[in-house]
Amino acid sequence: MPKRLSQWLLCATLALMALHGQGEAGAGVSRAQLAQLDYGLKARALADGVYVVEGAVDDFSVANGCNIINTGFITTGAGVLVINTGVSQRQGEQLRALIARTTSEPVVQVIHLNLHPDYFMGNQAFADVPLAATVTTRAGMQREAKAYEDNLYRLCGDWMKGTEARLPTQTIGPGPLRIGQREFELREYKGHTDSDLVLIDKASGVAFVGGLVFSERVPTTPHADPPTWLRALDQLAQLPLRTVVPSHGPVHQGQLGLQQTRAYLQWLDTSFTRWAAAGWEMNEVLRAPAPAPFARWAAWPAEYTRNVAHLYPRYERKAWQSGRP
Amino acid sequence: MRGLTLLLGLLVSLGAWSAEPSADPFGGDPFKSFQWPELKREFLGAKAKVQFDERVKVQGPPFAEDAMNVPITVMADLPGVQRVVVLVDRNPIRKVLEFQPLASRASVSFRFKLEQASPVRAMALTADGVWHVGGTLVDSAGGGCTVPGGTRADGSWTQTLGQVSGRLYASSIPGTDNAARLRLRIMHPMDTGLVGGIPAFFISKLAVRDGRGKDLLRIQTFEPVSENPVFSFDFAQSPVPPLRIVGVDNNGNRIDSQVE
Repeated sequence: MPKRLSQWLLCATLALMALHGQGEAGAGVSRAQLAQLDYGLKARALADGVYVVEGAVDDFSVANGCNIINTGFITTGAGVLVINTGVSQRQGEQLRALIARTTSEPVVQVIHLNLHPDYFMGNQAFADVPLAATVTTRAGMQREAKAYEDNLYRLCGDWMKGTEARLPTQTIGPGPLRIGQREFELREYKGHTDSDLVLIDKASGVAFVGGLVFSERVPTTPHADPPTWLRALDQLAQLPLRTVVPSHGPVHQGQLGLQQTRAYLQWLDTSFTRWAAAGWEMNEVLRAPAPAPFARWAAWPAEYTRNVAHLYPRYERKAWQSGRP
Repeated sequence: MRGLTLLLGLLVSLGAWSAEPSADPFGGDPFKSFQWPELKREFLGAKAKVQFDERVKVQGPPFAEDAMNVPITVMADLPGVQRVVVLVDRNPIRKVLEFQPLASRASVSFRFKLEQASPVRAMALTADGVWHVGGTLVDSAGGGCTVPGGTRADGSWTQTLGQVSGRLYASSIPGTDNAARLRLRIMHPMDTGLVGGIPAFFISKLAVRDGRGKDLLRIQTFEPVSENPVFSFDFAQSPVPPLRIVGVDNNGNRIDSQVE
């Protein structure tokens, strides 16, 4: 490589790294390196054999490789269970390599907690493993896969090279699940999407709560129904939650993330109802002041802009009457 | 240090690159859109008197989460506005609507289909023959004009064609001194003609008429207006009820409905 070019590349890489350092906390957080298309995935043990691989607490961007999801894997004595496979073929491959570096057990099962792209677009790297999701999630993935491919290529660029949606091969429902020496409990809710799985490892109590709980991050709503979601959170709150792994936002103890998600959804639901009843236009809703904690969370205001596009029209329609001939 | 020098060099050369040539190819357009001079010629005429004017406010989202329903609010804060034309530079069909505020404010909100990232412009014609131009930039992943709408895809449009719903609000919108706002939704597929095998089919004219039969506003709408169009109109004085929405689509189907 010519000397000047290599110096320039070094310079650009350092600048990117500096940009990256901002806003990401914790030593375990994965840091994407654009120049090498390296997600820098790191496994953090939450309990014996239970690992989380933390994505950026952020919005999709080229800088973070669109890795904004917390995936996980759990050793069972009879092979590894993987929870969600990431947003791209590359992320799936790097996740699988990370698992191989961490444990000698082979991967024997993948579970997708809902239909969103970062839960399964890494599946090409797990093509030899049973890939499981609920009936509803499987149907949703089939419906949306093409649109995900198009959108993610545009949002994430080179990180998506070679990525094609590979759909689940197995249907899984709520109930107990035993793999090797581990017992898991799967619970199915709805509200964030039409099927939201929660996976709890009984031995450690670690709960992978998928998209139902967001912590320090504005919730995403492309398939959401806030009142249904709030009811799911009420049910989830009945469980004795200990270590909680949300798909987006920091791993935490107990009900902290659940309470944040509930507060945000309640604010959306009551505000949208009130504003629609008062005749607010969408552009006024987009510019409404937000309560302080929400505006400090990651992905504000972009995610709120999406919330309004997804949800406000429903509230408007409820506020209108049919015209008379 | 050497890296920093190189980086600075790069920035300087980028700056030199974007320096404007002496003749402005954008015709003074703040968005520096190559389409602007041609848009102006085609829709306003070569000799039109045009000025970019911050009093013509166009609000939209920074990006189109739903490219088939991009919400736009236009407010022309000018006396004596005769007409407001809304154009989108980089849409395959660039004229979205033309609005005549007869007894309403020169403000209109609507949703439209955006094919790709583009400036969205409102041009308000005042009595002195000057077009006052404002705009906003909306980013987009694209595809809004070339995919069929939901009711076209599932065929349900035939059951709802021309149905109107809405409400007249005693306005309580923050930051406005309007006495009333009318919000409307009219069921119509608003086909652009750009989806294979589906010809253009759209509402072409609408008017809002008061209880005495007087038109309060008229609006011509074109293919880019969203499926099942949603509009808002503001009034400085409360209109005489009941309000009627009357209109027609390009196939001659009539719209006639009363909203309270």
